[in-house]
Amino acid sequence: MQDYLAMGGYAVFIWPAYGLTVLALIGILWSSLATLRSAERRAAHFEAARPRRRARRDA
Amino acid sequence: MVALHRFANPARFLRISTAILPWSAAATLLLLGAGFYFALFDSPPDYQQGETVRIMYVHVPSAWLALMIYSVMAGASAVALIWRHPVAELTAQAAAPVGCVFTALCLVTGSLWGQPEWGTWWVWDARLTSVLVLFFLYLGYIALVNAFDDPTRGARAGGILAMVGFVNVPIIKFSVDWWNTLHQPASVFRAGGPTIAPAMLLPLLLMAAGFTTFFVSILIVRLRAALIERRLRLAQLGQEAELV
Repeated sequence: MQDYLAMGGYAVFIWPAYGLTVLALIGILWSSLATLRSAERRAAHFEAARPRRRARRDA
Repeated sequence: MVALHRFANPARFLRISTAILPWSAAATLLLLGAGFYFALFDSPPDYQQGETVRIMYVHVPSAWLALMIYSVMAGASAVALIWRHPVAELTAQAAAPVGCVFTALCLVTGSLWGQPEWGTWWVWDARLTSVLVLFFLYLGYIALVNAFDDPTRGARAGGILAMVGFVNVPIIKFSVDWWNTLHQPASVFRAGGPTIAPAMLLPLLLMAAGFTTFFVSILIVRLRAALIERRLRLAQLGQEAELV
């Protein structure tokens, strides 16, 4: 295990490369989902703020 | 009254993308799971580079994605400028930040590979410099799109930058053949087939495929958000017009 983690003496280069990759993927995923959630929330808010007018239109 | 659904609702895109998303998300998990496993546990060290070759499995797919996403962005911008297709315009904008992150990842992992193998973190040669230019093109595009009060003008200016900047993509690809550089030439997409050992090609291709399906999934999520924002903006504009 110790041997494996040492990566033949290159641990200091290899692990940061993999760590940053995972961080980048998770970061993109998180920020994209957050953007979608916030857009959905604002859209729901917008629609909810106009029930009277919408009702008239739907009638 | 301005009802949200009356505005250009690219329903077909939403329907298709909703069908694709669970599959692309599941494929991403499988491919990246297998990719990381082979990259870190079940692939041989290189006879010259030793264990540092493992950096290739994250560095090279990041570079491919950086180029692929830029090409998607430039292609979508062309479609948007020629046919005024709203989904194409939003596609370019949704792809840009993702491509920017992959380019940064490519530069940083390359640096982490360069230090042990070349003895330097950075060198101003053709390949490294042209990828740095790609990174600035992404940043410039994102800044330009958001620099206008009128989103239509921002999108058009950004689209032109994306298309002009596309000239950098073949320069990056062939930089290792056209100029002397520390960076090695292509060993996968080259005439005569890959020169890389199959045991190393497997994790490389798994990671590249996983990054690609990841990008597809993220693009769908971001586009869905962008379409909602756009509908909301148009509805609010309509409402203001109604009040005047």
